[in-house]
Amino acid sequence: MARAVVTMPAQAKRGEIVEIKTLAQHPMETGFRRTQTGELIPRDIIRRFTCTYNGVEVYRADLHPAIAANPLISFTTVASESGALTFQWTGDNSYTVTEIAPIRVE
Amino acid sequence: MSLRFLSAALACLVCTSARAGEIPPDQRRSGYELMSRETRAIQDDDTTNPGMLWVLDGEALWNRKAGTADRACAACHGDARTSMKGVAARYPAFDAALGRPVNLEQRINFCRTGRQKAPPLAFESRELLALTAYVARQSRDLPINIAIDARNKPFLDAGSEAFHRRQGQLNLACSQCHDDNWGKRLAGSLIPQAHPTGYPLYRLEWQGLGSLERRLRNCLIGIRAEPHAYGAPEFVDLELYLMWRANGMKVETPAVRP
Amino acid sequence: MTTRREFLVLAATSLAVPEAARAQLDPNLAANRKAAFQEALHGIVGDTQVRRGRVKLQLPPLIDNGNSVPFSVVVESPMTEADYVRAIHVLTEKNPLPDVVSVRLSPRAGRATLSTRVRLADTQTVTAIAQMSDGSFWSDSAEVVVTLSACLEEGLI
Repeated sequence: MARAVVTMPAQAKRGEIVEIKTLAQHPMETGFRRTQTGELIPRDIIRRFTCTYNGVEVYRADLHPAIAANPLISFTTVASESGALTFQWTGDNSYTVTEIAPIRVE
Repeated sequence: MSLRFLSAALACLVCTSARAGEIPPDQRRSGYELMSRETRAIQDDDTTNPGMLWVLDGEALWNRKAGTADRACAACHGDARTSMKGVAARYPAFDAALGRPVNLEQRINFCRTGRQKAPPLAFESRELLALTAYVARQSRDLPINIAIDARNKPFLDAGSEAFHRRQGQLNLACSQCHDDNWGKRLAGSLIPQAHPTGYPLYRLEWQGLGSLERRLRNCLIGIRAEPHAYGAPEFVDLELYLMWRANGMKVETPAVRP
Repeated sequence: MTTRREFLVLAATSLAVPEAARAQLDPNLAANRKAAFQEALHGIVGDTQVRRGRVKLQLPPLIDNGNSVPFSVVVESPMTEADYVRAIHVLTEKNPLPDVVSVRLSPRAGRATLSTRVRLADTQTVTAIAQMSDGSFWSDSAEVVVTLSACLEEGLI
């Protein structure tokens, strides 16, 4: 049930700065923890988050094990034209989640 | 005044659960009020509350067919937003067939095995937590409302007795921390009053969602007592007592706690 | 200097953990973390001098649990083609790894901001560094006190 949630306005005025909040479901296992028997739990994290607006990258974050589980990433972008924003989270063990949010710009 | 009269009066006080250490209604506080502004903010905003990831999973499961009966929860119960409203505020509730109270997780599993003809979901599994969180979310902001009658009174009393009984190698009762010393600190943590207003909840320590029974197991391990198994009658009795003790307080599911 | 927590971890581990795991514990932990921080910083800014200002790192001074500490970075910038923030980096000085997050942005972001949540292994200083389009680096730091929880769960640390 890999899932992510994106919250942003569905429409905006041209040139308006819109706020985007994203939440991805992921344990962000650091690779530093051990089981009760002393075995190291392998790292399993989201490495990169990207936001592209009609195909153009507008925001990118490289994440490290210090990012809390179920990562929240919140940022802004300028509403330039109608279309879609694509959000992608990729990471260890071939983790990939993509969310698409349409935006109408007037 | 004879000694016998005194002890009878004392016994009567105990049987009505009016104990000296009990928290007066106007001083009751949800754990929410005792945590930092930043942690409260995580709970308050659905768009950044990580517990909502489980609620959304629960919504998907609610509408998904399961078992050999090939039925979804929604096939019987319809829209959870109306049919499940207030339900979690009444749990644990008495089950006539079983002759004892059951918690929300157990009720969901009875539906799965009895109606959907599906195997029960494991306690603390992602699916059971998600469904429970989704059902409980429908009671958010409604007052907890545990009605006590002759049928569930013995179980409430058993839960109350467990809450006030010293146990474990540290020889501590729940009430010694949560009735008598709430608001003080145990290491760096504030001791809350132990009102289960927001379960299943997202605990920062767990880095995930967990049930009230998971929290109770942590408490028992903390006082070096043997934790009960998930779903044990001892746990459900204690849950019933804790929910009754929180009667009138608002449901916060999915709450966030440190 | 060994902090109380590092001492406790070392003490507990030397009692409970097998030889192989114990060998991995470094007596020069604090010095090595400091060196790792300097290395990470150098990897970002090279030999350029980092100036204080233009960056605002907001972090609660005292937190309930180090597993999820909300913070935000806001950089003063017109965010035009001629003058914008190219990147924001966040580093810690006492986590097992100094890097937290690195963000790339362009004028299309509108504002140079980032909000997320960090794990903090200890009471420490967090640093945010912004790289401007003219190549200059600016920074802000904040100190956070992380308290230890009581009644921890069995099993994982």
